[in-house]
Amino acid sequence: MRIIGCRECDAVVVEPFVPDGGAAYCDRCGGLLFRRHSRTIEVCFALVVAAAILFAVANLYPFLAFQMQGQTTRTTLVSGTRALLDQGENAVAALVFLTTIASPACEIGLLLYVLAPVHFGVRLPGLALAFRFVEQFRPWSMMEVFLIGILVAGVKLADLAEIVPGIALYAFGLLIPILAAASNFLDAELVWRRIAGEP
Amino acid sequence: MRYSPLVGGPHAQCPVCRLVMKAPEERPDAPLGCPRCGASVHRRKPESLARTTAYLVAALICYVPANLYPIMRSTSLGRAQEDTIVSGVAYLYHSGMWPLGTIVLIASVVVPIAKIVSLGGLVASVRRRSRWRPRDRAATYRIVELVGRWSMVDVYVVTILVALVHLGTLANVEVMFGAVFFAAVVVLTILAAESFDPRLIWDVLEEEEGRDVRT
Repeated sequence: MRIIGCRECDAVVVEPFVPDGGAAYCDRCGGLLFRRHSRTIEVCFALVVAAAILFAVANLYPFLAFQMQGQTTRTTLVSGTRALLDQGENAVAALVFLTTIASPACEIGLLLYVLAPVHFGVRLPGLALAFRFVEQFRPWSMMEVFLIGILVAGVKLADLAEIVPGIALYAFGLLIPILAAASNFLDAELVWRRIAGEP
Repeated sequence: MRYSPLVGGPHAQCPVCRLVMKAPEERPDAPLGCPRCGASVHRRKPESLARTTAYLVAALICYVPANLYPIMRSTSLGRAQEDTIVSGVAYLYHSGMWPLGTIVLIASVVVPIAKIVSLGGLVASVRRRSRWRPRDRAATYRIVELVGRWSMVDVYVVTILVALVHLGTLANVEVMFGAVFFAAVVVLTILAAESFDPRLIWDVLEEEEGRDVRT
């Protein structure tokens, strides 16, 4: 018998049996208790490896090119932050850097660091600390919002000049559903048990 | 003091790994260390109501200049145009992009103020020890937490435009004052939502039920 708590209302209950792929909700407040994915480590590991490759592509290549009267500018993830810095908007630049580069990179990198050794049965130091950071970075990782931002910016510029989508844009388009699937399939409780060596 | 029969005394829950542990009987609100993940554990988020209120007031103050001042200035062949959040939405509607316009309108104008109002309402309801529709209030908080991030859209749009359009006199986009306030509103409302502890909604009901009622 294992006791779990509701994150939203703090009710404590005996952990109910939930079949694979199912979810348990709190009786009192209706909040999600957990989603059960018994193969969470294998599935998430695969998804995060794919996400890491796509994230690298999304960072290395331009996502939009802008052509006007023979002149072309391209923009990558970092060049947005740099342009804001050039105009002296350091706080906004820091925020954009944090939410579109630093947080997703930490989330993906640390997840790899946690899931790979757990998957292969190797013991590495600092797994608990790394997984704690994953949980804390997640709310500040906003790649999916950035994708909508690209679409809106593209529409606004379409009248003015020619807009050419770059490779990174397609990488984004694939990265967002893969990241969403990874967070949906992540059964954090099971990962914590494996890290802590619980049965 | 609230007792959890399954744990046998007051309990605390790790905010990170969600392990449920016993809290010391005599000082249940003392901070603990989580034995599983090492995070520091408080039964309730410390000073939740005061912090949430402070962030909300700050967000409300920034909301005014965020909407009044232009967020960017675009220059094209000598013609300069300053755009506020609302004029950006109007532009999308005029160019027939009403689905995108609606997304931006909801994300940039409706969501921030709706977040401030609903979190303010939640704080007030907890302060007044309200017992009114706790499930609906819990659901309100859940939605507030979920949608807040989408307000960042306009910050990203300005970032991308600034990065793309810098062709000197031919075409140029600059960030303006309003964007800083707008970004501040988004961050402050996210911090406000993070500071609010939804468990406070239920505490008053538990106290009334008495210490031996199972939840």
